[in-house]
Order: sequence, then C-alpha cells, then structure tokens
Amino acid sequence: MTEPDVETTPLASPENAAAARARRGRNLAIALGLVGFVVLVYLVTVFRMGGNVLDRPL
Amino acid sequence: MTPPAVVQASSPARWQDFVQLLKPRVMSLVVFTAATGLICAQAPIHPVMGAIAILCIAVGAGASASLNMWYDADIDARMRRTRGRPVPAGRVQPADALALGVVLSLFSVMLLGLALNWLAAGLLAFTIFFYAVVYTMWLKRWTAQNIVIGGLAGALPPVIGWAAAAGQAPLDAWILCAIIFMWTPPHFWALSLYTSEDYAAAGVPMLPVTAGAAVTRRQIWIYSLLLIPVCLAPAATGLGGAAYLAVAALGGAVFLLLAWRVRSGRAGDAADPRVTDGLYDVKAAARDARNLFAYSILYLTLLFATLLGEHLLGSAAPGLPGGLT
Repeated sequence: MTEPDVETTPLASPENAAAARARRGRNLAIALGLVGFVVLVYLVTVFRMGGNVLDRPL
Repeated sequence: MTPPAVVQASSPARWQDFVQLLKPRVMSLVVFTAATGLICAQAPIHPVMGAIAILCIAVGAGASASLNMWYDADIDARMRRTRGRPVPAGRVQPADALALGVVLSLFSVMLLGLALNWLAAGLLAFTIFFYAVVYTMWLKRWTAQNIVIGGLAGALPPVIGWAAAAGQAPLDAWILCAIIFMWTPPHFWALSLYTSEDYAAAGVPMLPVTAGAAVTRRQIWIYSLLLIPVCLAPAATGLGGAAYLAVAALGGAVFLLLAWRVRSGRAGDAADPRVTDGLYDVKAAARDARNLFAYSILYLTLLFATLLGEHLLGSAAPGLPGGLT
C-alpha cells in the first residue's frame, strides 16, 4: 500500500485554517438551527394536539 | 428580475456574517411591535405559542432583510453606511444570501401557519413579498415615494402579531399599523436630509436627491401633522388608556416642535461657498434633522411600550365593539 500524496504546506496555511474554522462554525450554526426547528415542531405538535388527542372518541 | 453582480469572496463566510444578513437590529424592532400587537389582542394564547409566533415573525423579517441585501448589493457597495455589509464586502456570496432568504421565508411562513393560523401566515408572506419585491426590487430604485409606500412592510408586524393571537385583524390592529406607516416618512426623510450624498452616489431616488431639501423639510412637516392624530386614535377607540393618551399627546407636541424646527431650518441644504464658516453652518442646520430622527425612534418606542404596559397591567379600557375583522 502506498502513502497518499499529501501536500502539507497548503493545508497548514493560515488561510486554510481560517476557512476550516469558518466552515466548522457554519456547520455548528446549521446543526443548532435544525435542532431548534425540530424542537419547535415538537412543541407546536404538543400544544396543538395535546388536548385534542385526549378528547377524541375511542 | 436581475440578480446582482457576483462578488468574489475575500474571506470565508462565518456564521456571524449570515446573522448580519438578517439585520438583527431591525428584527428587534419587529419583535417589539409584533409582541405589542399580540398582547394588545388580549386573546387566550399559550405563552409558548405566543413566543413561537413572535419568533416566526422575526425570522420572516430577517428573511426579507437577507433578500434585500442580496438584491441591493450593488447599491450597498456605493454607500458608506452599507458597504461593509456581508455581500458587498465579499464575505458572503449573493447566491448564499438569496438561498438564506428564500429558505427562512418558507420556514417562517409555514411554521406560523401550522402553529397559529393561516391569516397570520398570509400576512407574514405578504409582508416578506412587499419588502423584498415591491419595495426592494421596484419602489426603491424608481420613485421618491419609496419609503412612504414601502413603509407598509415595516408597519405590518403588529397586525401579524394580533392576527396570530386572535385569528383576526380588527380596526385596532390596523391603527397600530397606521401609526408606524405614518411615522416612517418623517423618520426616514429626517435621516436622508443628512445622508443624501450617500443616496445620490448610489443612484437611489430619495426625496432630498430628487426634489431637494426644502421640499423634503415641507413633507416632513406635513407627515408629522398627519402622524399625531393617528397616534391619538388608540385613546379614542379604547386600545390605549390615560397613560397612553398623555404620552401620545405630550410626546406628539415635542415631535411637532422638532419637525417645525426642521421645517423652518436649513437641514440638507448645500454649504454656501460665500460663507466662510459654511461647513459648520450646515452641520448646525443638520442637527435639527438628527434631533428629529433620534426623537422619532424614542417617540415610537414610548407609544408601543405604553400600550404594552397598559395591556400587561390591564389598565386600558376595553376596545370598542364591532371592529373590522
């Protein structure tokens, strides 16, 4: 098995490090946004349906 | 619809740049006015659902701001006040701002409709459309009446809040809308009197650019005269109580005084080269416009805060029956 040809200099440059940090921050923000949206939909479901589920004819 | 020229990214976009696309300070004003409408409706609504309604309205406002920054990148790049925004500064690609605006518009309208009601969701969708398409893409570049008509977008949040809570939009909700609508021209024209160079450089037909400072000062005075009776209207319908009446009347008198100073002053006039201290003379004249601009924000805040306080404390008289629905 041969070693992959990795160019270390560009990857270690400050520009790449800054880009990686920015991308990580954006990914975290998107993740938090999606989790927040799921929680909102859950809350809406609970409050909109909660009482009605118990009131429905069995 | 012509998308703005592509801007080459100068540095990787951070999440804070996307937050800036939503104009957080405008969002905070929208939250405040929408919450006032929601609470003044005095409808039985669970606090969590009320908070979700306000969140949807705020996100919808942010979405329309992102669409505005996508389309106006060329104008923003030519104005000192806005050239540091994420798109003209090259930190966010225009397509990303467009995508953020569209996605947040869809999410906020759909969630408001599913969580509260479709009247509120429809009003929110109309507000986003009106701001992003009617104002940004059409009025802003076409007519000096841009902020008069476009002001409707900024005036609708209390009606959306009211509709979210009560499922209807009665006369009192539209009075709140009318207050912000009539407040917008003197507020923005006072600002434009001392920033007209920026608007002229960007080719935006603001009133001081197209009609001159004297006409703008007269229009500020006329709209101020029309604004005060509208601000007193909640006291007549029972939406506002005694405290509101006092704030609206006394604050309105100060508003008129400041507007008259602008009307009779020289704010926005070019410096007279024959006057040796012309530069300082103009700066002193512009102070009247700055004072009116700053006070207009305080006056609107006081009006809505008083209404909010009265309804939270239960001191406002009950509204007149038979309001428009």
